[in-house]
Amino acid sequence: MPVIVTDSGFQSDDWVGDYCKPCDPGSNPQALDLSSDIDPDTVLLHSNLQMIRVNIHNFADGRGFTIARQLRLRGFKGRLRARGNLISDQYTMARRSGFDEIEITDELAKRQTESEWLFRSKWKENDYQSLLRG
Amino acid sequence: MYKYTEFDKAFLLQRNSQFRAQVQRRINGQLTEEEFKPLRLMNGLYLQLHAYMLRVAIPYGTLNSAQMRQLAYIAQTWDKGYGHFTTRQNIQYNWPKLSDVPDILDTLAEVNLHAIQTSGNTIRNVTADHFAGAAADEICDPRPYAELIRQWSTDHPEFQFLGRKFKIAINGAIQDRAVIRAHDIGLQIIQKEHKLGFKVIVGGGLGRTPMIGKTIRKFLPESDLLPYIEAILSVFNQSGRRDNKYKARIKITVHEKGIEDIRTLVEDRFHRIRPTYKGLDQNILESIKMQFPPPQFVKADSTHFEQTYETDPIFRSWVDINTSEHKADNYVIVSISLKGHGQTPGDATTKQMQVMAQVAEDYGHNELRISHEQNVILPHVHKSNLPQIYKALRNHGLATANIGLISDIIACPGMDYCALATARSIPIAQDIAGRFKALKIEHEIGPLKLKISGCINACGHHHVGHIGILGLERAGKEYYQITIGGDATSTAAIGERVGPGFSAEEIVDAVERLIYAYLDMRKEPEETFLRTYQRVGLAPFKTALYPKTALAA
Repeated sequence: MPVIVTDSGFQSDDWVGDYCKPCDPGSNPQALDLSSDIDPDTVLLHSNLQMIRVNIHNFADGRGFTIARQLRLRGFKGRLRARGNLISDQYTMARRSGFDEIEITDELAKRQTESEWLFRSKWKENDYQSLLRG
Repeated sequence: MYKYTEFDKAFLLQRNSQFRAQVQRRINGQLTEEEFKPLRLMNGLYLQLHAYMLRVAIPYGTLNSAQMRQLAYIAQTWDKGYGHFTTRQNIQYNWPKLSDVPDILDTLAEVNLHAIQTSGNTIRNVTADHFAGAAADEICDPRPYAELIRQWSTDHPEFQFLGRKFKIAINGAIQDRAVIRAHDIGLQIIQKEHKLGFKVIVGGGLGRTPMIGKTIRKFLPESDLLPYIEAILSVFNQSGRRDNKYKARIKITVHEKGIEDIRTLVEDRFHRIRPTYKGLDQNILESIKMQFPPPQFVKADSTHFEQTYETDPIFRSWVDINTSEHKADNYVIVSISLKGHGQTPGDATTKQMQVMAQVAEDYGHNELRISHEQNVILPHVHKSNLPQIYKALRNHGLATANIGLISDIIACPGMDYCALATARSIPIAQDIAGRFKALKIEHEIGPLKLKISGCINACGHHHVGHIGILGLERAGKEYYQITIGGDATSTAAIGERVGPGFSAEEIVDAVERLIYAYLDMRKEPEETFLRTYQRVGLAPFKTALYPKTALAA
């Protein structure tokens, strides 16, 4: 069972729908599954779209943060999830870039415990970006 | 000088406590070495050949005396009594223990210094002209912009896990003293119709594929600075290559896609990002600018200086070689050479750092700079104080009169410290400096930039040296390739390789042959090595370097 990390700690996954690939012919999906090499400008933001999940296989691959930022700047207001081997130290970066939550495996959650993620959950504090942008 | 706000202080304390916890989690096994590595790197901690190495940022090269004293204190308390100033305006400590590093970082924070983003695949310490605020040819002091970029890039959520490191340099004078054309982004302050802005250069870099940066924007208004560089980083983070470490810098992205395509991508993204900046950054910039006022220049009688200058030829030589023109009357910029013949270029002992701090406090408006050429600068010195400064420096081996001469060598740490190096750099630099001291022709040769790298990553900037030396390894033996004609200034150029390499035993003789060939060929003493090369080309230098080959042909 995957674990969903949010500002209030570990939760179970409450998203029940299926994910479509961006190339699926289905014209109006509710949820999209993206890989980290996607060009965020090419993602069609359908009216029905509620959830976008960005898969990050390697925590050192920081493209997901730019994908999240660009999707938000393009106007996506639905749920945005990062999924993969992120480390708790990246939680703040993920939230500030526009992600709502992170999906990690049960195995990773055992090694990087909830308290470590909560240590980084106050992502609005000490943020130079909000200082410069308001 | 910029004074930390409450925000800056709170940020740094939190950051240091996070790193302390990360070190503990690594020791407990909650973090793997693979996971810990980028975290320690983004806090300046490397694992080198013999030990950890901590790289501390000197933001845009500016220090006050208290900060310099703290650097000295750290060298004495947690290291072996010295530090090494680098080409990117950092200081490196070569022998800290991992368990001491959190305490070192807290000690740095006491004087508003840190080691954040001095390493790793992030935006690195922003560098600037070391004569900023003092140079006679300055258009505008670049440091407020560098400080703004420091704040913006610090812990930027999108750009902590880039495909590769990212270096930004900014220059505000006519002459480029920040090597902006060899940076991922180079910013040149320009004035257009009474409005300040930037020429933006992108995709420069040295390393195994040296490139001179290309202009992506001819004029960027001052207020668009952050959104525009954010757009460049956004494009780079998304489309820079991640399949090959050696092709991951933005210079390769620009080279492969072409500057026109990159410009289109960046401009598109810039228009999307621009509205997210609503003016707060400009308010902060204004308050930063207020903190870089010119010093309270004094008027003083300089008769004693004039007399000493006339009567003491050694002092006169030091003044002639080591001082530069200042924008204020009767002021000069003093360069303190960390290149004493036989010394390790860029090293300073605890005592030397303390002496420089004291001299700056007594005679230099409390300010010091670190130059990318690995020297220390006193940016604001009234001429009347030069005799006392010279005396204080001379007593501690800091009065070598060789700034800009052949023994003022940039050298990377090489195989004496660095895990990546393929050859030694420091002993070669020492031997070359020693040779030309013995020959007593250093002053006759005149301005000459000699730069040495101990591997293909080119930390010693050899590609842009008038004479560049690259140390490599073949079959267990070090050998050294020579390039000539490189230029680090606004007329930036990559040097040309002359021919096959030389062994460590042969390299100093080879450099000597090059120099004597130059002295024979120059039209007049004012014609520099670089000018002569530009006039006569590679061939005569090649003949001088490889006399036997030339005979056989």
